[in-house]
Amino acid sequence: MIEVRFFARYREALDSDGESLAWSAELDSLDALRRQLLARGEAWQVLAEKGLMCARNQELCSLAEPLADGDEVAFFPPVTGG
Amino acid sequence: MAIRVQVAAFQPGVELEALHAANAGIGAVVGFVGYVRDYNDGNAVAALTLEHYPGMTEKALAGIVEQAGQRWPLLGVEIVHRVGHLLPGEPIVFVGTASSHRQAAFDACNFIMDYLKTRAPFWKREDTPEGARWVDGRDSDQSAARRWD
Repeated sequence: MIEVRFFARYREALDSDGESLAWSAELDSLDALRRQLLARGEAWQVLAEKGLMCARNQELCSLAEPLADGDEVAFFPPVTGG
Repeated sequence: MAIRVQVAAFQPGVELEALHAANAGIGAVVGFVGYVRDYNDGNAVAALTLEHYPGMTEKALAGIVEQAGQRWPLLGVEIVHRVGHLLPGEPIVFVGTASSHRQAAFDACNFIMDYLKTRAPFWKREDTPEGARWVDGRDSDQSAARRWD
């Protein structure tokens, strides 16, 4: 399984703070997972935004980051703390 | 090193004193306090709500502090960041750095804030007369962080 999480504006746009997804061999990167989510429809296009940030197992990474069964993945807009 | 992510208010002066009290070899303490403003991007701001990614937030901040420790001879670092509902005038964030001499403390404090702004998973949502809106990331914060590359 892959645990996917959404935060802030993306969480609101998707009306979801996350979900568990079955892992499969095609999901070999965060970008592959993102593309699978984008195919779900219009609301999911927020994940196509240029500033999108992502994390694998709670560490910032790029979309090229490999994905493995059991990972926790998060997609979120640019951070605005401080 | 202390990192706290909390809903409760804090007193910047108390945090600053505690940082110094920890080690008699400290000759310089620098503290940065970020406050909620009552305006942003041309609108009055009545309140802020800060969301974060529990678990990752603490790890991200610890990673930033570790990098600062590799770059400067620090004798203490403290980060306090509030989450939840905040009103204008309230402190949001405190970053304190301690060292034997001032330059390391100044630079490390600056570095930690630049990295916190661009790498720690916090998001601000502000209440304005035109409704609630998520604050956008700023290019100027990105370029400020890049100067440490």
